[in-house]
Amino acid sequence: MEMFIQTLVAGILIGGVYALIGIGMTLIMGVMRIINLAHGQLMMVAMYITFVLYQFLNIDPYFALLVAPPALFLIGAAIQRYLLNPLIKIESIIPENQVLMTVGIGIVLTETIRFMFSSDYKSVKTSYSTATFNIGAISWNVPMVVAFILAVVLTASLFFFLLKTDVGKSVRATAQNKDAAMIMGINAEWITQLTYGLGAAMAAAGGTLLLPIYYLFPDVGGPFTLKAFIITILGGLGSAVGAIMGGLVLGVAESLGATYISMALKDAIGMVIFLLVLVFLPGGLKQLTKV
Amino acid sequence: MHFFETHRLTKAFGGLIAVNNVTFHVEEGEIYGLIGPNGSGKTTVFNLITAYYPITSGTIRFRGKEMNGLPTWKVCKEGIGRTFQIVKPLARMTVLENVMTSAFCRTSNTAEAREKALEVLQFCEMEKKIDFPAKGLTIGDRKRMEIARALATSPKLLLLDETMAGLTPQEQADGVQLIRKMRNAGITIIIVEHIMHVIMNLCDRILCINYGQEIARGTPAEVANNQNVIEAYLGKE
Repeated sequence: MEMFIQTLVAGILIGGVYALIGIGMTLIMGVMRIINLAHGQLMMVAMYITFVLYQFLNIDPYFALLVAPPALFLIGAAIQRYLLNPLIKIESIIPENQVLMTVGIGIVLTETIRFMFSSDYKSVKTSYSTATFNIGAISWNVPMVVAFILAVVLTASLFFFLLKTDVGKSVRATAQNKDAAMIMGINAEWITQLTYGLGAAMAAAGGTLLLPIYYLFPDVGGPFTLKAFIITILGGLGSAVGAIMGGLVLGVAESLGATYISMALKDAIGMVIFLLVLVFLPGGLKQLTKV
Repeated sequence: MHFFETHRLTKAFGGLIAVNNVTFHVEEGEIYGLIGPNGSGKTTVFNLITAYYPITSGTIRFRGKEMNGLPTWKVCKEGIGRTFQIVKPLARMTVLENVMTSAFCRTSNTAEAREKALEVLQFCEMEKKIDFPAKGLTIGDRKRMEIARALATSPKLLLLDETMAGLTPQEQADGVQLIRKMRNAGITIIIVEHIMHVIMNLCDRILCINYGQEIARGTPAEVANNQNVIEAYLGKE
């Protein structure tokens, strides 16, 4: 029983960070109607920024939260503006080609980082990386708890932005009906840049929060693109609430799978869930909650 | 100088010329009717004015300013509003939120936007439905909300695309009242409509197009008796 609760706790904590990364992808999906297949790679770039700051300037990963996400916001907005939006304007190119473009962007990012840092595994070993505290018989890993709390704070801020501000309403309006949004005076092109930037920044925050516990190499992006994709499908395309649920479900499922089935099959668990969802709940969790 | 005018407006989709040399002008305070059989290019004219399609050739001038090349959201800021024939509600927002999103076109203050939205919804007699989710509205209310949303951007010129289609006779009568009320509030209106008694009752002047070209223009009575118009709608004997 103790082991079960311990597993559950670990799953929920990692799930919070997954949710943060997944929300970034679902936001982009909602507004642009494309799957951003460079999502994990953008996160990887943010992790390297955090790594460089720690290694050469001795800046703590949590302070890097003030650097990496804004940097990725700018990179994301520039990608949308100069690489993705021009594709929409050419009528003979189908919108789905934007997806292929994101694949290309992901490859370029990965190989650029490999060129600069080589393929070696890196890690950020802080004094608190392995720190834990106990509540009853359950042990809590300090960086995971911090990551979870910050992920919740960031997610809540994003919701406040989307629900309460005029720009947030413009983002939601563009996601729900782009044509209607434009005649309501919303500069939809600018909104797409803002959204891609925000999505990239959310992924960057997720990556930075993972760094004290995770290791780092240029190909780390791919598995996270996959995880974010699974979360997006699991939650229902474009649903932010669904993405939170999706992130938590994936975290817990991976954790349970690693404990009770096999550590080696951890990533396969996600794919099994993915297939089950597509077969039995094609609309995702959104289908159940209607939000 | 006219309040609103198009000069030799043309739109070609590849080899198909959907709008061909259409020239017309609208004076301030007028209700101008745009009619024609299905597929004659009426909605395409609206899509050109609001920049959903780029213009192939010709010019559009609004209050003396050339509008060619402005993106849709700037056309809105210039003071042209529009409703869609196939309504486009922001389905997962409430009626009030829908209209508020429009009101943010002129202000970034939430309280002001809410006030403007409530005022417009009252004007459209929808104040009892402000908290309904947009996806739960009947077709009549959806069309009314489209009008409210367009009004919340404070337009000087409003383009109404078949706002009466699919409504019951009572809803149509209410709609006619609402359009009159908007004109009295100082809004110039261009209306596309198939329901003839609505057009005949409301419009000061009418332009009739077919295959993208003008076939008749004039007062409602003149257009209704025009041989070309009768042939376009009913066919030749």
